[in-house]
Amino acid sequence: MQNINAGDTSFVLVSAGLVMLMTPGLALFYGGMVRAKNVLGTIMHSFFILGLISVLWVLVGYSLAFGPDVRGFIGGLQWLGLGGVGGEPNADYAATIPHLAFMIFRGMFAVITPALITGAFAERMKFRGFVIFTVLWALLVYSPVCHWVWGVGGWIRNLGVMDFAGGTVVHINSGIAALAAALVIGRRKDYGNGSLVPHNLPLTVLGAALMWFGWFGFNAGSALAANGLAANAFVVTNTAAAMAALSWSAAEALHRGKPTTLGAASGCVAGLVAITPGSGFVGPMASVVIGLIAGVACYGGVLLKSRVGYDDSLDVVGIHAVGGTTGALLTGVFASKAINPGGSNGLLFGGGASVLGIQAVAVIATIVYSFTVSLILLKLVDAVVGLRVSDEEEETGLDLSQHSEVGYAF
Amino acid sequence: MKKVEAIIKPAKLQEVRKALMALGVQGLTVTEVQGFGRQKGHTQVYRGSEFSAQLLPKVKLEVVVTDELAPKVVETIVESARTGRIGDGKIFVSALEEVVRIRTGEKGAEAL
Repeated sequence: MQNINAGDTSFVLVSAGLVMLMTPGLALFYGGMVRAKNVLGTIMHSFFILGLISVLWVLVGYSLAFGPDVRGFIGGLQWLGLGGVGGEPNADYAATIPHLAFMIFRGMFAVITPALITGAFAERMKFRGFVIFTVLWALLVYSPVCHWVWGVGGWIRNLGVMDFAGGTVVHINSGIAALAAALVIGRRKDYGNGSLVPHNLPLTVLGAALMWFGWFGFNAGSALAANGLAANAFVVTNTAAAMAALSWSAAEALHRGKPTTLGAASGCVAGLVAITPGSGFVGPMASVVIGLIAGVACYGGVLLKSRVGYDDSLDVVGIHAVGGTTGALLTGVFASKAINPGGSNGLLFGGGASVLGIQAVAVIATIVYSFTVSLILLKLVDAVVGLRVSDEEEETGLDLSQHSEVGYAF
Repeated sequence: MKKVEAIIKPAKLQEVRKALMALGVQGLTVTEVQGFGRQKGHTQVYRGSEFSAQLLPKVKLEVVVTDELAPKVVETIVESARTGRIGDGKIFVSALEEVVRIRTGEKGAEAL
């Protein structure tokens, strides 16, 4: 194993650990925003997914996503059970680290993506329906889209799209699936009666902070090496998160009179989402602009929800779909080969409209595929097992009705 | 014997308790409650949506005293719980039929 670089390997493995932490972070972020009677049910979604997808990924998910290409659409099953995936580097994906390290790093992305969707159906989803939907979604939506954008031979990768850490694969993908879920499962019974108030915002802010921390692994780790590109990704990640927290707060203060803690926490997440696709292609000054725009755009995205009337309980669409789309397109504006010779020059750096066009194609393809297949899967699971809890269960709360537990036994 | 029930602002609890102890009241019960009268709630904002909490947190104090002490207790609570602003609360006095000390079985005024 002559090519293995100790610095690169340790960095990627630690980054994988950081990304793993984002999922329990998400659990707390979401958990604090629901009512107390649903706190465990909400946390359970993310936590259980950690188990579910971790296993599914090593059994078959990884092979479908990154395995030898089949018509640009999906990976083959040659790596079922991680057959052929060992200590030797895979030169196509990451030449200086063990293949296993790359696999587990990308595995943590596969875990958090379906976990993001759970925010849309919070407080009313049947546990069994959630489990079955998640497994099907991971295999039929995540792995294919992942293959298109990151897999060798994937058709979007071949177009030359710039998606460093998953703006399309993770955020637009989950954000649009969340829209489908919110539409299929319907509004919460208490929607509009003034009782849908977060029960524990300290938990939410803690969750956001853990995700900010983990995102350094998410973005910088995607350099798959301990080098200048990773450092760039780290810097733009922090900068965009920070700027978006400020701009969301400012937008909120102008609109409503006061900035809120929830707004600052949501803003930072919006910035993190938006910088994800461009973290290895844009520079720090660009990330200030991207963060600024993302904070405002996602605040608007969240307000849009009330106008249109769908109950995306925890704003997965407003933050991940809107943020991911904003980021993917702005990458087409601000990308610079000076930052990453492996990328393209964006609109502002002489790249012309074609670069932006490729980004748009990736965005649209992800939206169309994810929405359509997610919708079908949701309808299917609803027909066979049922998606939504009964009125009485919803009133009692998920903690008791789905898990026979109480979150806070004071 | 009279039961004096007072709904007061939570911030005033310590002051009221001290004043009642100084008066010679032997014990009291405190419950955290929610309610409203003419005081309007605070508006909360979560991700751009407004929520007006019509119920406000208050504290309910219950004291059981002899008929003779009751008026003084009411006066003491009024003085120590008053801020002068809407939402100071209310006091309800009712006649009590029986009082029993569980440990000894004493009844009536001896159980107070």
